[in-house]
Amino acid sequence: MIKFQNVSKCYGHTAILKNISFDIKQGEFVVLIGPSGCGKTTTLKTINRLIEPDNGKIFIDGKDITKANPVELRRTIGYVIQQIGLFPNMTVEQNISIVPKLLKYPKQKCQEIVQDLLALVDMPYEENAHKYPTELSGGQQQRIGVLRALAASPPIILMDEPFGALDPITRDSLQEEIKRIQKKLKKTIVFVTHDMDEALRLADTIIFMNNGKIVQMASPEEMLQNPADSIIKSFLGKHMDNGNGVPKLFAEDFMKTKVFKVPRTSRTLECIKLMSSKDVNSLVVLNDDDTYLGTVSIEDIKALGKPGKEIAELVTNDVITVSRKEGAQIAFDKLLSSKSNYVIVLNDNQTVAGLITRTSMAKALGEALWGEVL
Amino acid sequence: MSGALLEGILEHMAIVSIAVLISSVLGIIMGIIAYWVRFLDSVILWVSEVLQTIPSLALLALLMIIFGLGDITMIVGLVLYALLPIVSNTYTGLKNVSPHLKDAARGMGMSKMQRLFKVEIPLSFPLIFSGIKIALVNSLSVAVMGVLIGANGLGTIIYRGIQSRNMMNILMGAIPVVIMALVFDFGMSKIEKKLIKRTK
Amino acid sequence: MSFIEFVSKNYNEILKSLVRHIELVGISILIGILISIPLGIFLTRHKRVAGPVLALAGTIQTIPGLVMLGFALVLIGIGMLPAIIVLTLYAILPILRNTYTGITEVDKSYTEASRGIGMTNMQTLFKVEIPIALPTIITGIRLSTVYIVSWATLAGLIGAGGLGDLIWTGLSTYNTKYILAGAVPSAILAFILNGLIGLLERILTPRGLRRSRI
Repeated sequence: MIKFQNVSKCYGHTAILKNISFDIKQGEFVVLIGPSGCGKTTTLKTINRLIEPDNGKIFIDGKDITKANPVELRRTIGYVIQQIGLFPNMTVEQNISIVPKLLKYPKQKCQEIVQDLLALVDMPYEENAHKYPTELSGGQQQRIGVLRALAASPPIILMDEPFGALDPITRDSLQEEIKRIQKKLKKTIVFVTHDMDEALRLADTIIFMNNGKIVQMASPEEMLQNPADSIIKSFLGKHMDNGNGVPKLFAEDFMKTKVFKVPRTSRTLECIKLMSSKDVNSLVVLNDDDTYLGTVSIEDIKALGKPGKEIAELVTNDVITVSRKEGAQIAFDKLLSSKSNYVIVLNDNQTVAGLITRTSMAKALGEALWGEVL
Repeated sequence: MSGALLEGILEHMAIVSIAVLISSVLGIIMGIIAYWVRFLDSVILWVSEVLQTIPSLALLALLMIIFGLGDITMIVGLVLYALLPIVSNTYTGLKNVSPHLKDAARGMGMSKMQRLFKVEIPLSFPLIFSGIKIALVNSLSVAVMGVLIGANGLGTIIYRGIQSRNMMNILMGAIPVVIMALVFDFGMSKIEKKLIKRTK
Repeated sequence: MSFIEFVSKNYNEILKSLVRHIELVGISILIGILISIPLGIFLTRHKRVAGPVLALAGTIQTIPGLVMLGFALVLIGIGMLPAIIVLTLYAILPILRNTYTGITEVDKSYTEASRGIGMTNMQTLFKVEIPIALPTIITGIRLSTVYIVSWATLAGLIGAGGLGDLIWTGLSTYNTKYILAGAVPSAILAFILNGLIGLLERILTPRGLRRSRI
């Protein structure tokens, strides 16, 4: 959809973009991120020709954009900026319908567009269309800013740190909305930010830039797992220190896989022997098809067990289970609220993957924060 | 002729300086009153604006009915005419002193007078000074009309030139006026910038 | 003879002077607007020449009205034409300066947004910059008008008529009634025009730009 081919840009003697090349696919949500001055905003602005590159070519749908009239090009690309830039002399309706009007859409259609778009962000038309930007909150203003970019249904939308000036709660809900809108309307979005949290949350693909070059272009998961450079690590690290910015960890990352399992047909005596030899005080009991049945503890066996009986009779189900793809935080909550000292982690087919104890949890957390712990 | 020119310049300067001096004292006091007494601010600002709206010749002619012909009428006219920029700049300056600094001064136990003289006036002085500059530059130009109500100054030379349709005479009176206005504007703007830097 | 008697006796002459005064002011303000608004817009597009042009206009402003009328008298002669030329010159600066600063101070985010969404330069000017700068431009027109009403009282000196004629007669013959008959209407005229244009300023300020009063 968008193709950069060896694009360079200098201001005086400083090179802002150094031979940038990349491809963006139709419907992709691409986030440009990097330290300030890395060239991310310049890259964005070359797409709608607010900045003209010195060298290289940019293609949209295979067409060289320098062949198009810049004004007409911009009308086919939505544009949202951090300062919002809603025209203060126009109402919400006039602001949203400005590009359709520039494109000479009939009046009736302009109004329909405004109604449809306001409905998209849950701002009732009657209540909001005739307000002026100053009468809206910051979050509402930027919602209208996004709608203005969507109005002529451009296939591509450029967003230059659009949520940077908003408070965290408003930013959160706008991020959610833009992701939802993007999926629903299948837009290609190029989004500039310096907030890794935002990038990880929104992007299909993250392009990390530094000193006018692309350091890494990858999916959020891949970037988290294999950051290509120390500067990316420091961006991710900073992001991990941000409280809620803990990297995506799952129950499986915390569990220990060394679990003592017995079939439901085992005898009580066998179980006691196993427990004492391995120095544990409970066992996981499995069905015949190896799926999870429950647990049995040494106390239960001592209190109720009769020698020679099948262990299945003594199995209890009061230990909490989580699936291995459960978020770490949920597993953590379950562990803390559980009466037993552990939770069982199950595979998708209900077989036992491992268990999380308070010790394994602490160890894994330590590793996530400070690297390998002995 | 050069003696008459020098005399004209000196008279012109004297009338303007006396008027602007009086206007500054009066204007700053009015600005402070407007700042202190809330319900008076719009009245005081309105009066000084109305005074400046009155056409200068009309104002001078009306004053002449009261004060007669001569320098006094001109000075009174200039004082009234120069009030607006000084009053409004004093008022705005005092009003815009950061509320934190005002609170701090209050917190240190300064009286109303101490706050005014030690904090509020020093901090708003650049703006007050700018008001005085505007008043002075305007007054230099308006003072030329003194000749029409029997006051002295460069207007006498200019008017003589007009009556005799002598371009040289008009220029001889006019050039010093324009030069004085530009010099004061330039010099006082420089000082203003330094003052701003110091209070920043 | 009381002032009232004087006014009723000279009613026609006073009215004629007032009408002439309004003519002088109206014509020169109109020409001033036609020159300085386009010039101001031009300067915002060519900032390099803006400094010198504004400085020149500022210098013209410091030349006393009496001097300018003197020039006009010597160079052109007596009558309405030289008066209107001089008054127009005085009308230019406030409107020019306010047009220039009004448009220059339009927040960059608006012009960037308008360019980014595909407005041409003309569309940006007429749909965004001028509407936002309009209150400032009208303030300039108001200031000019008050100036011109004032300087127009001097036009009587070069035979252009107007209320200044009456004041002038009063001053040269020590006739208080003539002074009042000229000074009072001219002051009221300035006052009314100032108020009316101020009102226009408020009406033409887009609702979204009016300061919310809390």
